[in-house]
Amino acid sequence: MNTHQTPQEQPDSFAFDSASEAEIVTVLAKYPEERKASAVMPLLYIAQRQMGRETGSAWVPVAAMDEIARRLEMAAIRVYEVASFYTMFNTKPVGRYHLQVCTTTPCWLRGSDDVVAACKRVTGIAGFGETSADGQFTLTQVECLGACSNAPILQVDDDFYEDMDGPRTVALIEALRKGERPPAGPTINRCGSAPEGGRKTLMDSVHSISENK
Amino acid sequence: MLQDKDRIFTNLYGQDDWRLEGARKRGDWQNTAEILAKGRDGIVAEMKASGLRGRGGAGFPTGLKWSFMPKQSDGRPHYLVINGDESEPGTCKDREVLRHEPHKLIESALIASFAMGAHAAYIYVRGEFFNEAVHLQTAVDEAYAAGLIGKNASGSGWDFDFFIHRGAGAYICGEETALLESLEGKKGQPRMKPPFPAGAGLYGCPTTVNNVESIAVTSTILRRGAAWFVGLGRPNNAGSKLMAISGHVNTPCVFEEELGVPLKEIIEKHGGGVRGGWDNLLAVIPGGCSVPVLPKSVCETVLMDYDSLRAERSGLGTGCMIVMDKSTDIIEAIARFSRFFKHESCGQCTPCREGTGWMMRMMDRMVQGRAELDEIDLLEQVTRQVEGHTICALGDAAAWPIQGLIRHFRPEMEERIRQYKAAHGGTGLVQVPASGVPVAAE
Repeated sequence: MNTHQTPQEQPDSFAFDSASEAEIVTVLAKYPEERKASAVMPLLYIAQRQMGRETGSAWVPVAAMDEIARRLEMAAIRVYEVASFYTMFNTKPVGRYHLQVCTTTPCWLRGSDDVVAACKRVTGIAGFGETSADGQFTLTQVECLGACSNAPILQVDDDFYEDMDGPRTVALIEALRKGERPPAGPTINRCGSAPEGGRKTLMDSVHSISENK
Repeated sequence: MLQDKDRIFTNLYGQDDWRLEGARKRGDWQNTAEILAKGRDGIVAEMKASGLRGRGGAGFPTGLKWSFMPKQSDGRPHYLVINGDESEPGTCKDREVLRHEPHKLIESALIASFAMGAHAAYIYVRGEFFNEAVHLQTAVDEAYAAGLIGKNASGSGWDFDFFIHRGAGAYICGEETALLESLEGKKGQPRMKPPFPAGAGLYGCPTTVNNVESIAVTSTILRRGAAWFVGLGRPNNAGSKLMAISGHVNTPCVFEEELGVPLKEIIEKHGGGVRGGWDNLLAVIPGGCSVPVLPKSVCETVLMDYDSLRAERSGLGTGCMIVMDKSTDIIEAIARFSRFFKHESCGQCTPCREGTGWMMRMMDRMVQGRAELDEIDLLEQVTRQVEGHTICALGDAAAWPIQGLIRHFRPEMEERIRQYKAAHGGTGLVQVPASGVPVAAE
């Protein structure tokens, strides 16, 4: 259960832009007409991404929740409930880059403390949930990201940076600061979640069913 | 050990093309209409005969679960819902299916849906798997464009739609009824059972919820036959399974392995051995953080399958193991799980909402040693009062790691308390902090 704080300062209004409207059409087609409340999470995401595009801070203001409630013919409180229950909806502004460090046991065993320390050192952020003075970075502690064989993980916005350590975290943040976006994925010599240095199974590259028999 | 010729997930690492063309080369979508021509009963019977047990953690026989769906629709649509909310700490196997084998999943979803009379499948993908969901959506679009799904899917005469729904960072939505609530646009709070989803699930309609991997293996099992699958593994623990190793091994990885292989052999082969050698091993959590920890002595001989691990009072869970070497503070390792469960409790049932907080606070003190020796028993009692007293299994999952810790590492906990007392000169009761004793509300 999460307690989200909704900031006092809120935009007065929110309107979906044309890119968002196109996405909404696709989303609504997934659910039966009389079940359109199912679209509340996708619409919250769409609003959040639009805020990111428009303001550089991907968050969901209350005005957007109200608009979603109107669209989906839900009570506004039902939308607030959903927005505050799920941790990935930012109910307050975040930095341009959202640094999300996993500190659950599998990441911790592989050095997530170093990743956290590096994030704090380079951004000047003192504690989780805070945004750097320049407004560029927000640091969030997250629970298991589901990529434990590539621990520790630093998630930047939607991308997983894997097999991290302190120095590589520093390099990544420096690159982001310069406006670069290094490719996501493992930061060491491995293919996806295969063992470092080369896979030990699936030695033939392409298998077909007929060969398998 | 599993040979390459028997692997189901042949593009596990994304070393080949994950898109439609590559998937076809690997055998996906080859004769889908022929498989569907076996009919509902034929497919369910074959799945039962394969001995496949649910790959998400509970290990319930998949074919049997499918057979619970009504044979005739009473007018309500049937749904297949695929649980891709992979959030159990240590678990990272379904991610590989979503991003590297999406077509295997979509084709299998068509087959499974047909076998249950469902014309639509929803997959709930955890929100953090954004890029994985993008891959899957690309594959879905390819499958629609090629006529493999949609109206008259694969020329079978069956109409089938496949929809992706993204979660947004709530572990509890991996619980099947919480997942359904979330899919309906609500907070992810589990429902009471009964009614079971097969009677009233998504939108009140007959629904089966299966793990990503349980669904994804379906097409291969039906192509190669139940006898092939049941020939792998051990009796009642049939087949191969996606597993993962994380933590203190030389090469953490995801891999597919036969059930019933010794845990030690798996760590040596796939994990490249324990960091610093086998004798440096402290403990292994064999299947995601909800299953109790195993000390090294058990790890020497135990087999990786449902029944062998159950016999050691642990479980296969998701098959994704967390290895810890002797440098690990095992109390802190488990305390982190207590914080995790406290964070992820949905707040619906009092024993879990309050109990996870109690357990977390006591575990935090145990890490420091700031406790009395007999509080270890008190902690154990608290876990027993949470376990079995909640709507869903999150309460149980929060209790079991602590029970495992106490069962196998009690001397370490006692030593920590003695050290704290020695360092702080305490012999009597622990000083209650000025802020007062822990109370329920945080």
